[in-house]
Amino acid sequence: MPDQIILQVTRYRPERELEPTTQEYEIPLHEEWAVLDGLNHVKDQLDGTLSYRWSCRMGICGSCGMTVNGEPRLTCATFLTDYRPGPIRIEPLRNFPVIRDLVVEIGDFMQKLPKVKPWLIRDDDTTAPDGELLQTPAELDEYKQYSMCINCMLCYSACPIVGLDEGFLGPAVMALAQRYNLDSRDEGADERMDLLSTAEGVWGCTFVGECTTACPKGVDPAGAIQRYKLTAAAESLRSFLLPWRSA
Amino acid sequence: MVGEAGAAHDVLVIGGGGAGLRAAIAVAEADARLSVAVVSKVYPMRSHTVSAEGGAAGVIRSADSLEQHAHDTVSGGDWLCDQEAVEAFVAEAPRELLRLEHWGCPWSREPDGHVAVRPFGGMKQHRTWFAADKTGFHMLHTLFQTSLKYERITRYDEWYVTRLLVDDGRVRGVVALELMSGRIETITAKAVILCTGGCGRVYPFTTNANIKTGDGMALAYRAGAPLKDMEFVQYHPTGLPFTGILITEAARSEGGWLLNKDGYRYLQDYDLGKPEPTPVLKSMELGPRDRLSQAFVKEVEKGRTIDGPHGPVVHLDLRHLGEQLITAKLPFVRELCLEYEGIDPVRQLVPVRPVVHYMMGGVHTDINGATPLPGLYAAGETACVSINGANRLGSNSLPECLVFGARAGRTAAEYATSAASAEPSTPVRAQVADERRRLDELLHRDGGREPISAIRTEMQQAVEEGAGIYRSADSLAKAADKLGELRERYAVARIDDHSRTFNTEFIAALELSCMLDVAETIVRCAQLREESRGAHQRIDFPARDDERFLANSLIYRSAEGASRVEYLPVTITRWPPAERVYGR
Repeated sequence: MPDQIILQVTRYRPERELEPTTQEYEIPLHEEWAVLDGLNHVKDQLDGTLSYRWSCRMGICGSCGMTVNGEPRLTCATFLTDYRPGPIRIEPLRNFPVIRDLVVEIGDFMQKLPKVKPWLIRDDDTTAPDGELLQTPAELDEYKQYSMCINCMLCYSACPIVGLDEGFLGPAVMALAQRYNLDSRDEGADERMDLLSTAEGVWGCTFVGECTTACPKGVDPAGAIQRYKLTAAAESLRSFLLPWRSA
Repeated sequence: MVGEAGAAHDVLVIGGGGAGLRAAIAVAEADARLSVAVVSKVYPMRSHTVSAEGGAAGVIRSADSLEQHAHDTVSGGDWLCDQEAVEAFVAEAPRELLRLEHWGCPWSREPDGHVAVRPFGGMKQHRTWFAADKTGFHMLHTLFQTSLKYERITRYDEWYVTRLLVDDGRVRGVVALELMSGRIETITAKAVILCTGGCGRVYPFTTNANIKTGDGMALAYRAGAPLKDMEFVQYHPTGLPFTGILITEAARSEGGWLLNKDGYRYLQDYDLGKPEPTPVLKSMELGPRDRLSQAFVKEVEKGRTIDGPHGPVVHLDLRHLGEQLITAKLPFVRELCLEYEGIDPVRQLVPVRPVVHYMMGGVHTDINGATPLPGLYAAGETACVSINGANRLGSNSLPECLVFGARAGRTAAEYATSAASAEPSTPVRAQVADERRRLDELLHRDGGREPISAIRTEMQQAVEEGAGIYRSADSLAKAADKLGELRERYAVARIDDHSRTFNTEFIAALELSCMLDVAETIVRCAQLREESRGAHQRIDFPARDDERFLANSLIYRSAEGASRVEYLPVTITRWPPAERVYGR
């Protein structure tokens, strides 16, 4: 008989209640169980009405982000034993509207993402390539880190600006913009600058760095934003001094 | 989006993973006037393509040739592949991978800037492109981000398709349910492309994500399209115990060894070659997945495996590869081992065991992704062309998503251009009404008997016991009986959640009904195939039987719900059936 641990789970069913409530479930505390395994035990054995998202259970699909004891976490990569003896508080991610229980609405992120053109922009036709675009391992390393973003929304949950300013693009979107800006094959940095170099973009960030702390994949959105501030500042100085060269 | 009268598109893609996004882009590029939409039960970047690790095969080195890739694929598939399809596949794979390179995929590189390739199981040449060991993740995000460029691609994120609409022998659209609101809508279309992936969740222990419940296969089957080769289920030899998380074949292609409890590289006892210190192509640990998973079972029988808390395991030894190589080429393997097993492969042995990974079978399509049901197409794991035959080679499935996703997209676009508009007819409206009744009955059911999770668990156990790595007439008959019983219990199962808002219990119930259908086709086809070939091993029929079974099985569902199986002779172009040879 394994030990038990208590999960204090935020419930919210808009058809039934106006405000979120908390429901407690006692579950077995298995060594290898992630918080997600605990939730699945609840769903399958105790209460089929609990709603949350999950899929890959290996930390790569980005579905299962929740707030665990106050911190944004991927619940498939956060283990029950680390919270012994409990209880463990499980809430939806912060800074998002809640649809139901632990499920948040991420439509705002999905709308903002295309605005920074997160795709490779080149003058030549990319539909029928006849050879590789060469890229050395060092060039790959320039942007590789920013390509590791799994869109799990933990950085949005952690960011103090996202909650205050609804126009703010947010950490992941800007990290992904930098992912393409820094890709040696890309020629689209100018097209992204109009949006990135605004208060909705990098200048809205006060560099608290919570995004980088929260990221489960080692992406450094704060670093991406800081780095871009330098690029944007240099570019605005350049267009002031050399107006004929800015296109 | 969806208004009162529902929505209409020319081409509807169901599923937003590798095949679905590639198909949608192909439609958008084929004809600017076509309206194309992607309906997915998850946001596209959550799709299971994201979990693929090792790489994507495509001939790029001068020492390699299309013929060699084709031959590896055909022999790896134990001659059940459609050779015409394989030839098209190997020819188009490099172009598709290159296209992804131009779309920004961060492929790992050689020092001179060229794309790097690694060896892979069953492949005679270095031809597997990779993005470290997160290849599927990078391919999916590249495709998703690229798809954002096409404003004409409409997306229905977190919509679950429950039924295909068919009238006058042609597909006319779908009924779908929006998870957020619970509303049920008709989305009409001239052509529908199924790209919903596999059905690993039919089994208890799988690398597959929770969403892999065979939805597309069940949708097609219920609409009258046949499923092909469903008895061929791939067990990947190296999954982590308990979680079933995949440790990529790349761990072995970079030089990892499989050891039994005596520290002995046991594959040498199974006609897979002699142990060498460095990897030898198509030998030992670089043999095909079916043979490696079968060897594991034999080691268990000999008492030479290690008893772990979750059953027998063998050890994957990466220690001799060194920290530098592991960090550079297998960082995800290290991350997963540390996170989920508390083991550092740089210094420790990794416990592994075979785990259900991939369906060779799927919706029967031709070389262009077309099913026999006009207007219905399929691509990726949910489809069966078949390029994978009786056993898929590692790193062929990612390029398959691209090659056949693009082909299905182009073909569906062409069809939609010439097809008449898809105004809902009287029979279609009747099907919609019928479907609404089915969904409402389930959602509002009172006093059901047992939770769906209990039925699901028993189904998974029954399929594993009956149609696992080794099968027999007895084991399969037991599984078939059990599935019949579970079907009856499902009909009166309990639903506790009657809410319309993001009701995951309701979705899980619908997914379970898909899995019950798919499980039945796996077991039925396995019962009838009285031979052993590739991943289908019958202990009562241990030999391959080309006389009777050099043929793909096609399973149909009759109007009464019973199944019927036919056989389609395999298309042989250049490689007549021969012995599969590894390590000699």
